[in-house]
Amino acid sequence: MTAQLRFHDLTLGYDRHPAVHHLNGVVEAGALLAVVGPNGAGKSTLFKGIVGAIKPFAGQIELGGLGVHDIAYLPQVAEIDRTFPISVYDMVSMGLWRRTGLFGGLGIGRRDDIEHALAEVGLTGFEQRPIGTLSGGQMQRMLFARLLLQDARVIVLDEPFNAIDVSTVAALLDLVRRWHGEQRTVVAALHDIDLVKANFPQTLLLAREPVAWGDTAQVLSAANLNRARQMCEAFDETAEACAAEVA
Amino acid sequence: MHALLIAPFADYEFMRRALAGIFALAIGAAPIGVFLMLRRMSLIGDAMAHAILPGAAVGFLFAGLSLFALAGGGLIAGFVIALGAGVLARLTQIKEDASLAAFFLISLALGVTIVSLRGSNVDLLHFLFGSVLAVDDPTLILIVSIASLSLIVLALIWRPLVLECVDPGFLRSVSGAGGPAHIVFLALVVMNLVGGFLALGTLLAVGLMMLPAVTARFWARDISSMIGIACVCAAGSGYAGLLASYHANLPSGPAVILVAGILYAVSVIVGPVGGLIWLRSPRRHLEA
Repeated sequence: MTAQLRFHDLTLGYDRHPAVHHLNGVVEAGALLAVVGPNGAGKSTLFKGIVGAIKPFAGQIELGGLGVHDIAYLPQVAEIDRTFPISVYDMVSMGLWRRTGLFGGLGIGRRDDIEHALAEVGLTGFEQRPIGTLSGGQMQRMLFARLLLQDARVIVLDEPFNAIDVSTVAALLDLVRRWHGEQRTVVAALHDIDLVKANFPQTLLLAREPVAWGDTAQVLSAANLNRARQMCEAFDETAEACAAEVA
Repeated sequence: MHALLIAPFADYEFMRRALAGIFALAIGAAPIGVFLMLRRMSLIGDAMAHAILPGAAVGFLFAGLSLFALAGGGLIAGFVIALGAGVLARLTQIKEDASLAAFFLISLALGVTIVSLRGSNVDLLHFLFGSVLAVDDPTLILIVSIASLSLIVLALIWRPLVLECVDPGFLRSVSGAGGPAHIVFLALVVMNLVGGFLALGTLLAVGLMMLPAVTARFWARDISSMIGIACVCAAGSGYAGLLASYHANLPSGPAVILVAGILYAVSVIVGPVGGLIWLRSPRRHLEA
């Protein structure tokens, strides 16, 4: 097994307060990893660190030879302007950015790819709809179609199934499983423990510090979950500079 | 009919020049206006116009009524402020509109101070509020060059610009082109405002940029047709405004903008995309 993502004593946060504290570990290539933890545990922060949206306070992340732009990333709250006059088709086609670049044309083959991706998420017939007319679930399906087209080796999903109905979750989970079958590395932040147990072989339980990391069944024990819940969420305004950093 | 619609342009060269200048401005500035509107930066054009004014004033003080000094001063002031605000917004927590507000106010105060130190400014005011009927050859060439350049550049940065508007987070995740595209776009805004103020004066230049763009929103659902409509609307306002100013002896710049304003008002009421009468008289809902 080769390492796809490697965290070296990684500390990430905001305004000097750590949100992810001294994380060490390896996500192997082809892993299907769930990141679980209470709100404020640092899941989104970790993902932003992986895709290079924030710089580490300390430590580093190795991307296994990939650049930050090679990672497909679905943020928890996408900054999408839903009033913008763009069609579902054009929005999904942006997933081809890494191949078309600024100027490249789509061409026949890529048009087929786009149609295919829309069909995979059940949005055939929605091509010309403005994105502002989509429901929450349809929006998420559209974003998954764009992820499909990105064809990335590493896919990072931040709470992809929030406020999504059961059938949509099932459809999107099928895609996640397929990515896993294609040896892609998938890392997803999730809150539904049963869903994680049923679908994700590996789990990182995070509560600012890593609580446990390994096989899902062992990581998600009642004791571990309890411990994660008790770790405090609030920033301490009077906290001292972290001693581990000095050492 | 000929006497009403065509003769003024056939008979007088200054009318032909004015028309050519306004057409060029319309085609350059209206697409920029559409992007400003879609990025909720409609008022940025106004702020930038204020920022350009002192630059042009300083150019005037040192070189008199030379096109090069006025345009150069305006461009430099505009670029410094656009770049400064754009870069600050990316480096700090301050949002771009806040930085721009701070920058243009400083620029305005600085400009007025410099002008007052050097005495008389009557000529300057006359010039800064522009007269489209006094456009000479060099000015016309400058305006047309700006329009051509901005169309070409807009085509080049189209994809990142659209994506930066609709989903900036995704653009950041696939490419670093968002920042440069944004800065280039701000430079286009400055260039078109400088071109506009040479013909119409600063305040009216913003009018030809924004009014047709906002009008187009009531007629189209996708960005390409929106830009087409905005260009036609701006050029049409120029033509009708010049005619009105010729026949009714109105000041030309304001006449052009007033026609654009009338088109806007009509669109607000009857425009098929969200116009008021459609809201007042909804059609029956569909089966599915």
